Amino acid sequence: MLQRIGTIAKNGLIKENPTFVLVLGMCPTLGVTTSAINGMGMGLATTFVLMMSNLVISCLKSVIPDKVRIPAFIVIIATFVTMLSMVMEAYLPALFESLGLFIPLIVVNCIVLARAESFASKNSPFYSLMDGLFMGLGFTLALTLLGLVRELLGSGSAFGMKFIEGDAMLLFVLAPGGFIGLGLLSAIVNHFRNK
Amino acid sequence: MKLLNVSGSPHVHSGESVKRIMWDVNIALIPMLLTAILFFGLDALFVSLVSVCSCLLFQWLIEKFLMKTRTTISDGSAVITGLLLAFNLPSGLPLWIVIIGALVAIGIGKMSFGGLGKNPFNPALVGRVFLLISFPVQMTTWPTPQGIGGIFANSTIDAATGATPLAAFKEAVKNGTANLDMPSLMDAFLGHIGGSMGEVSAIAIIIGGIYMLCRKVITWHIPVSFIGTALVFSAILWCVNPSHYMDPITTILTGGLMLGAVFMATDMVTSPMSKWGQVVFGAGCGLLTIIIRNWGSYPEGVSFAILLMNACVPLINKGFKPKRFAK
Amino acid sequence: MAKKAESTLLNMVLVLTIIAVVSAAALAMINNVTEGPIKDAKQAKTEAAIKQVLPKFASLKSTKVLIEGDKDSTNCNLAYDAQNNLVGIAVEGSTEEGFSGHIGIMVGFDAEGNITGYNVLETQETPGLGSKAGEWFQKDGKGNVIGKNPGTNNITVSKDGGEVDAITAATISSRAFCNAIARSYQAFQLAKGGSNNE
Repeated sequence: MLQRIGTIAKNGLIKENPTFVLVLGMCPTLGVTTSAINGMGMGLATTFVLMMSNLVISCLKSVIPDKVRIPAFIVIIATFVTMLSMVMEAYLPALFESLGLFIPLIVVNCIVLARAESFASKNSPFYSLMDGLFMGLGFTLALTLLGLVRELLGSGSAFGMKFIEGDAMLLFVLAPGGFIGLGLLSAIVNHFRNK
Repeated sequence: MKLLNVSGSPHVHSGESVKRIMWDVNIALIPMLLTAILFFGLDALFVSLVSVCSCLLFQWLIEKFLMKTRTTISDGSAVITGLLLAFNLPSGLPLWIVIIGALVAIGIGKMSFGGLGKNPFNPALVGRVFLLISFPVQMTTWPTPQGIGGIFANSTIDAATGATPLAAFKEAVKNGTANLDMPSLMDAFLGHIGGSMGEVSAIAIIIGGIYMLCRKVITWHIPVSFIGTALVFSAILWCVNPSHYMDPITTILTGGLMLGAVFMATDMVTSPMSKWGQVVFGAGCGLLTIIIRNWGSYPEGVSFAILLMNACVPLINKGFKPKRFAK
Repeated sequence: MAKKAESTLLNMVLVLTIIAVVSAAALAMINNVTEGPIKDAKQAKTEAAIKQVLPKFASLKSTKVLIEGDKDSTNCNLAYDAQNNLVGIAVEGSTEEGFSGHIGIMVGFDAEGNITGYNVLETQETPGLGSKAGEWFQKDGKGNVIGKNPGTNNITVSKDGGEVDAITAATISSRAFCNAIARSYQAFQLAKGGSNNE
């Protein structure tokens, strides 16, 4: 069992990293990673949704008829996302504001549906939960890294701590910086992954 | 003999001719370098030198250590990128920003696609736009040209900074004060206006352009359709409302329009292959430039226009195939 | 692996209905719990913004005034001390003349109309240029407006003959900011007049 969890962990974090390898969920990846904190917040929010939806879908996999599985999955995912967004708005208003539109968009994040379809609907609840956890953590890792790079280059700070006076390379906190940063990071990660 | 005319773009394969073409372009850039030094003093020379040297260095480093291939810095293309990048910068720019621009131009704009002949976008423009968005304050601090004596003024650190004619005009229109001190056409023609180092002097650009035409490095299609479209479109706007839009002659003489039309849009690698394709490409550049200048949030749109049209080149090539040889 | 439920019409309708009902119930429950805190958080945010721009006060009263020529009214928050004297007014002012259009600010005036503080609430100005307005016009910024009174001081950029140093390379945004201050001052006068007549 431990070995199985190890494989799942390695898959989620490195071998099938949702951002750098599967290239899934690009919308929040590019949209919210203007700072390391934002990337981390988004990643953890997605991790929560992934774990809960994987768990519930895995429990219900024998009850849900095949032909309506996608609508059923979406309703379950949407429920958890809505819960999350309400809780965040109530208790973490600052983070909720900076992530804004991207919280409700977790519903259509391809990672969540992809894991539900390809893992949770075929595996036991416990392993599904683990898969959700590590896929989510892999996503969190990638988003935090990208956010950190963009924050360092774009505003000269890391996790909100400023290193330099004034502005750095503004392009990196704007949309094109997301694309360039993601491209460079993916190149580096895949270079080492292939070794 | 007409059958054997070499046209348009695809010469990138035969080694010697690439080299000749590239060094011809470099020769054509010399008049602009001279006028830049004349008007902006030694600062212009330093910025150009740093830009060219760092472009060469980055290309060498990337080819030697990242791609592990034969180094190709002697083909002169990195020198062109360096010079064109410098000509698109204000002369007082801090040198470390110039180095970042060179890294982006060569590293992201050119080598990440595989090097000369494979880059879809003009590398110098990629570097320039990167800098413009990243360092808006430094990139829009234009030293006022010193006149012919600029080279003798010992330092431009304290020199006055002023807006470019385009920025001044845009601000005036926004505030409804249209009676503005525009530079005389003669000043704009010779280069006695604020702006990037290489773009101010229309006459130097024209001399370089004529040299390239004579050496058959470029054809007339792109520059003429680029400038012609900009001229016609801005003339129409000017006729509709002269107080709100700039007159067509000033439009083409200010900003980077001439520089872009003659040197940037004509880059063989990033422009269409067929003659008609080039005309369409130039017209698109001209149209987009005027649109961005008048309705965009930046006062100048030449670099954005050329980059956008660069992205359309594969599409244009599909629509306008060059005539097959011997058909 | 467990056998899948068959996709008969009855099965499908039943399963989807149950999932939807359970989801709705769960959401209703969560909504019930979070409704209060969400409202508190929103109110706390507005109050924090008001506190930032005004001197100490004991109670708040909000009112809406219509600046001449505007379509929408402007929110004004009148602040009183314990003796019910007017301490100042925090105006949720705005202008449409920014480089990229709308700029929303919260400006605090004391009872005489001196600016006690400001806060940029909404802006789409160019990052690195116009977006600097949040710090530039503060007390230790280069274009300090705090302590000035739009009634007696000339709050326009120095290029137009005023007393405010414009943000480097962002004159339009600076002008827009001054315009937002001027409009807020109008709202302040209207709100103050209204409160005196009561």
